[in-house]
Amino acid sequence: SSSSGDEALRDKRARILSRGLPKQKPIEGVKQVVVVASGKGGVGKSTTAVNIALALAANDSTKEVGLLDADIYGPSIPKMMNLKGNPELTPKNLMRPLKNYGIACMSMGFLIEETAPVVWRGLMVMSAVEKLLRQVDWGQLDYLVIDMPPGTGDVQLSVSQNIPIAGAVIVSTPQDVALLDAHKGAEMFRKVHVPVLGLVQNMSVFQCPKCKHETHIFGADGVRDLAKTLGLDILGDVPLHVNIRETCDSGQPVVVSQPQSDAAKAYLKIAMEILRRLPVPPA
Amino acid sequence: AERASLAGVRHIVLVLSGKGGVGKSTLSTELALALRGAGKKVGILDVDLCGPSIPRMLRAQDSAVHQCDSGWLPVLAGQEQPIALMSIGFLLERPNDAVVWRGPKKNALIKQFITDVAWGELDFLIVDTPPGTSDEHISTVEALRPYQLLGAVLVTTPQ
Repeated sequence: SSSSGDEALRDKRARILSRGLPKQKPIEGVKQVVVVASGKGGVGKSTTAVNIALALAANDSTKEVGLLDADIYGPSIPKMMNLKGNPELTPKNLMRPLKNYGIACMSMGFLIEETAPVVWRGLMVMSAVEKLLRQVDWGQLDYLVIDMPPGTGDVQLSVSQNIPIAGAVIVSTPQDVALLDAHKGAEMFRKVHVPVLGLVQNMSVFQCPKCKHETHIFGADGVRDLAKTLGLDILGDVPLHVNIRETCDSGQPVVVSQPQSDAAKAYLKIAMEILRRLPVPPA
Repeated sequence: AERASLAGVRHIVLVLSGKGGVGKSTLSTELALALRGAGKKVGILDVDLCGPSIPRMLRAQDSAVHQCDSGWLPVLAGQEQPIALMSIGFLLERPNDAVVWRGPKKNALIKQFITDVAWGELDFLIVDTPPGTSDEHISTVEALRPYQLLGAVLVTTPQ
């Protein structure tokens, strides 16, 4: 019948098209990959990724956690994790990740001068991302947290086509234009078949340190509404607190420098929610 | 014929930042409105293909792009002395559609935005860019090379 003929044609077309695409292969030694993305820039992906990685480690000291900074153009991880320097090479010619607070880190920021711009077209970016994924001696990791750059382009495609991803966390502020981009981010993950674990509402509210008056600088509850529209969960809510930014700028993220603070507790809760939603890790 | 589209534009200003979320789109919009308030004819070209914010900021997100003999017509926002806009946001079927493109496809569209849009007579064309220093930025600067690029404004927060 013609419908089975159509289906056969579609399957054949899909097989031919997929021949050109990279094959998805897990990174050696890495059990589960969690990506932190947003679509919109400046909503707190790096801050969230760093604190989630530290929270995952704090939650269970037997787990090994790694942090990959896939933001080739604006790598923030080195500063936030207080790490500097060129990575050493192992005898097998793999880059050794730099470690701080027990987290193994790799970033474009370790490979270039701090102020040098990376003005590259997509093709070069793809090859750089491949290197940061596969040419690194990650060792045995239970979790690899990947901090993505803003947007829905080459890096996001390269990462999701190259390695299996256990789940994606989408960070957004409640602001309308941020939500618009977060929605696109979620759509993108649907297109490339990456499960979205949930949304993080960042910079949700600002509390004046003097009078304690609360202001919703970026709007209130926008992320909650988007979560409902997309059928996703809110993994957590992080307020806009000077502390969070200051500790990241000084390379002492709040989860390790002020573990009893509300901010640290918020990140610990997000880490727990992530763990609850991840599939059972391979043995 | 290649020069025709931007030949009537007197000054082109790029708004850049490197870092995301510092307020490029907000600044581009406010700058355009301020220049219009000073009596100038203004246009905004939004080359942020993945996260186009300009349509929403000028409440034009429901507008569609029309064609004329010399190419695409920019969307006009506002009644008195409207601001000419071009953004991928107007070309999407639904505003929430994700644009998940690699470099070469982005480059092709940006070239079209610059050579195939009938911008007409403008005093200022403000170009709002995405975060980063990548395809969009390289393609935009290359495509604008034959024209009078006034310069770039860099936006940052103190962080």
